Amino acid sequence: MSADGYALRVEGVRKSFGRLEVLKGIDLVLAEHEVVCLIGASGSGKSTLLRCVNLTEPVTAGRIVVEGEEITSPRVDANRIRQNIGIVFQAFNLFPHMTVLENVTLAPRKVLRKSKAEAEAEALKLLARFGLADKAGEYPDRLSGGQQQRAAIVRALAMRPRLMLLDEVTSALDPELVGEVLGVIRELAESGMTMLIATHEMSFAREIANRVCFLDAGVILEEGPPEEIFRAPANPRTQEFLHRIIAAGRL
Amino acid sequence: MRASGASGARSVLIALASTVVFAVVVVLAVSNAPGWPAVKRQFFNREFFVESLEVIPEAFLLNIRIFLIAEVFILVLALVIAIFRSLPGPVFFPLRALAIAYADFFRGVPTILVIYLLGFGAPGLEISGIPRGALFWGVVALVLVYAAYVSEVYRAGIESVHPSQEAAARSLGLSRAQALRFVILPQAVRRVLPPLLNDFIGLQKDTALVALLGPVEAFRQSQIEVSSNFNYTPYLLTALLFVLLTIPLARLTDWLIARERGRRLAAGVAA
Repeated sequence: MSADGYALRVEGVRKSFGRLEVLKGIDLVLAEHEVVCLIGASGSGKSTLLRCVNLTEPVTAGRIVVEGEEITSPRVDANRIRQNIGIVFQAFNLFPHMTVLENVTLAPRKVLRKSKAEAEAEALKLLARFGLADKAGEYPDRLSGGQQQRAAIVRALAMRPRLMLLDEVTSALDPELVGEVLGVIRELAESGMTMLIATHEMSFAREIANRVCFLDAGVILEEGPPEEIFRAPANPRTQEFLHRIIAAGRL
Repeated sequence: MRASGASGARSVLIALASTVVFAVVVVLAVSNAPGWPAVKRQFFNREFFVESLEVIPEAFLLNIRIFLIAEVFILVLALVIAIFRSLPGPVFFPLRALAIAYADFFRGVPTILVIYLLGFGAPGLEISGIPRGALFWGVVALVLVYAAYVSEVYRAGIESVHPSQEAAARSLGLSRAQALRFVILPQAVRRVLPPLLNDFIGLQKDTALVALLGPVEAFRQSQIEVSSNFNYTPYLLTALLFVLLTIPLARLTDWLIARERGRRLAAGVAA
């Protein structure tokens, strides 16, 4: 448990790319073990927010505090912060020249300095838990999209992160493969993992999230429990967005 | 693509027949040329060929040594330059500028000039502690020139790896150097192996340029043989030796290119 009781606090975060302001003052808190889903149209800033939390992108203004430590301070060691925050990308980004096992053990061995035997034993345990035990020796391009994404999730989990960021992890998958990846995320939520999830899967967000945040043009317009947001959204923009989603048959 | 059965045998026969016809035409054209008897005496003399077999292959060992030693240093130096050039941020501007100036300069100046300038200039500095041998400076010149070319090959490889790979590595807590070493470079080098080997072949041939400074390698030895017998056959032997050394490397390059293409196609089908 961190000093302030929050796994993540985002305070007034702004992010500009050149003259384009993508995040226009985001405030967001996650309690430990909480699962928060970010919904909103493409380009609303969901991915950028996740990348700022992971320090992949420096924020232009504002603070991000993880477990009581301000990670946006210029004095922190970004490499150390990233070890504790797992991120999974839409495009998997597995290392194609390494087997699944090598993908998963790379960071534990090189960053945490674990022995090969120890890292592999832990990796195999995680792979087995997510149904990939028989794929440990395969190269990523021999795996289905769903298997690749599960392997990417395992790779992030191998660092024992305190917080997981999922960036539209099912968007690049064939529809019939989405289920297996959502199943993995569901299991993570049940095991108490704190997660911030950007997603287009509204029914999944409704099922898994403790809280849903609707992002629009770089601000959180509305947030609340999923039943509230999905059943009776207060903001007209949220209503419009959900109407379009329903029309597209995704809810 | 591999043809099978009867059509395979048929294409082998066609290839064989057309090769024989081509060879016969070339041989007839050359041997019926008016000057052929003189050329045959001067370039294809069996007696002098056998005689030079006793000295030239031995001298050729020096070419191989120059090649092997230079190659090791080229691979390391070129990698350092390529990494300098790919460093981001304003802090590293001097290193980037240095790398660019280096590659521009040594790719621009003719190899033969670099060899002359270093071979005759550097020993003249009389700095204590650095060797003054012609062979040493010849190898240094080859290393400097080829490292410039090879660094560009490396750089192309590094830039061909998608930035999301580095992002994934960094997100796991790997430092920039670790991401480069374990994630980016292994993929980059795999992709540029064929052009890398191509530069090796160029280097094999350019080892003969070291002769300009005095060391007696195969080319220099064949010059000595030629001028003492007034017969050019030793040049032919030297050329043969270079070709024999090049062929395995050239086939290896072809094979690697074919394998890479096969892998990409297989991946394309799977996707």
